[in-house]
Amino acid sequence: MARLLRAIGHWLEDRTGLWSVSRRLAAHPVPPGTDWRYVLGGATLVAFLLQVATGVALATVYVPSTGSAYQSLQFITHDAPFGRVLRGMHYFGASAMVVLIGAHMSRVFLTGSYKFPREMNWLSGAALLLLTILMAFTGQLLRWDQDGVWSAVVASEQAARIPALGHWLAHLVLGGETVSGPTLSRSFAVHVFIIPALIFAGVGLHLYLVLRTGVSERASIGPAVVDPATYRAWYRNLLDREGQPFWPDAAWRDAVVAVLVVGTVLALALIVGPKPLGKPPDPTTIIASPRPDWYFLWYFAVLAILPRGIEPSVIVLAPLLFGLAVLLLPLVANRGRRTLRHRPWAVIVVAAAVFTIAWYSRLGVQSPWSPDFDARPLTTQAIASSDSAVVAGAALFHARGCEYCHAIDGQGGSRGPDLTDVAHRLNHPQLVARILGGGNIMPAYTGKLSSTELAQLVAFLQSRRDSPK
Amino acid sequence: MSDTLTPRRRFLAWLSVGLGAVAAAAVGVPVVGFFFAPLMRRPVEAWRSLGPVGRFQIGETVEVRIPSAAPVPWAGEAAEMAAWLRRQGPSEFVAFSVNCTHLGCPVRWMANARLFLCPCHGGVYYEDGAVAGGPPPRALTQYPVRVEDGNVLLRTSALPLG
Repeated sequence: MARLLRAIGHWLEDRTGLWSVSRRLAAHPVPPGTDWRYVLGGATLVAFLLQVATGVALATVYVPSTGSAYQSLQFITHDAPFGRVLRGMHYFGASAMVVLIGAHMSRVFLTGSYKFPREMNWLSGAALLLLTILMAFTGQLLRWDQDGVWSAVVASEQAARIPALGHWLAHLVLGGETVSGPTLSRSFAVHVFIIPALIFAGVGLHLYLVLRTGVSERASIGPAVVDPATYRAWYRNLLDREGQPFWPDAAWRDAVVAVLVVGTVLALALIVGPKPLGKPPDPTTIIASPRPDWYFLWYFAVLAILPRGIEPSVIVLAPLLFGLAVLLLPLVANRGRRTLRHRPWAVIVVAAAVFTIAWYSRLGVQSPWSPDFDARPLTTQAIASSDSAVVAGAALFHARGCEYCHAIDGQGGSRGPDLTDVAHRLNHPQLVARILGGGNIMPAYTGKLSSTELAQLVAFLQSRRDSPK
Repeated sequence: MSDTLTPRRRFLAWLSVGLGAVAAAAVGVPVVGFFFAPLMRRPVEAWRSLGPVGRFQIGETVEVRIPSAAPVPWAGEAAEMAAWLRRQGPSEFVAFSVNCTHLGCPVRWMANARLFLCPCHGGVYYEDGAVAGGPPPRALTQYPVRVEDGNVLLRTSALPLG
């Protein structure tokens, strides 16, 4: 039996040569010191393959129709065997892919590995980053609950801001002039056919380039200055002298990380479960508070706090400038020193990016700019007065919507200033002027309040001195 | 075998590239055309009845729903569009898009405050649709509405884009 199998093996190898080719590729030499800092790209690939496997499984049940998608997702989540864990893995797998591609890109940037002759490695990676972002976005849309529907609207509105091409792009995203049947169908095709095909091609190119140019050596053992005239010969010499076979000398670390990635995603899928489906996807249900998935929340927050005057240009220019910077980096900075000691700005850029994303993500969760639609009328303890004008003013404070944006004793929204002790800051004429005239982000209440109501509201606000508990 | 590009070889090379391009175009034109079809479709508009005028109180702002212009049969709930409708006089109506002009989120009419508020980024509009605060760059879009034979008619509209 063993002899027969060996004979079949020999025959296959003789006719295809696949085994020897694979062995030669797997054993390509890598520089000495290829350590744990080199596992992030492989980890990203593992996350992508995880997405392919779980995505294909989900696609065998998911129905890409606006009439049935939501029901098919409920079936997957609640009834199908393994459905809940598969959706969970696909959700956390997406998060892993976004996090890991960001980490991989940061590592390559910090170690200056994008320099000569690896410029195209960086650029193909940048294309893969863009495709990953598009996957994250279309995936959120395919959930086709209320947030999914509104993310289609928000995306087309953002696309529409682009000069000249904007409306075309928006109608391409929607598959028409409004959110309708084609919106979901085409997002599905983009998410499962078009972008994955491009990612496979991009990964193929990226890996081919890694094999062709070789993994970058650690900056500490490399030449002090990357010089295109001498680098290639120096690198070839390094590999000839001290190169180690990728398989298994370096690959075992990738295997460890692959198990960690899959294990973490599986554990989160089992313990936390998939992102719950929101309300049904009815575009006419307008009592909705759309929020993007966590990886877009920071950008959602940025769009909320930009001053009105500069917002229209920032919304178009910021992504454009980021793209341009990523594109130009390896072209203008492809030589010179790689060590961090000589490139402190690289640390600053990465730290600033991480800080910005973390800071605005947190702000996005809190959404202090959103009106508090659930604000309850102020309690008697909060009002702390028996004066009839003050009590009537407190009722108006809630009824006329002041409380959506202003808090008193912790009740109410945080869009506008806390008014718990506003009487210390503003006197009677100032209060009247502010209420009637509005402000930068506050509506003017002229014509919305009778003179009695205005007097009651001001009486209430003037009673807001030392916060009564 | 020599590497020289004889006229015959040059001809065959160009012929091969040309034939490949013809085959690619034969497949590509319908595929790409299909994908871009939404851009070529002429907008369809239709007036939809919201019912008799008497259903609406003067001064009140309510949400109305109508079937969109040309819904596909499988659209399900996505076949409808919503609008805010206010009866301003015996036969005067005004209809607003529900989409915030900032990024399209659904604005809510707060009847007591007489304001439209957006839940996404805190955009605020006065009752006439003018911007009262927050990031919206423009007033709420108005939809065509008219009264005919005692019925209120609203015209289907595209998603308002900036």
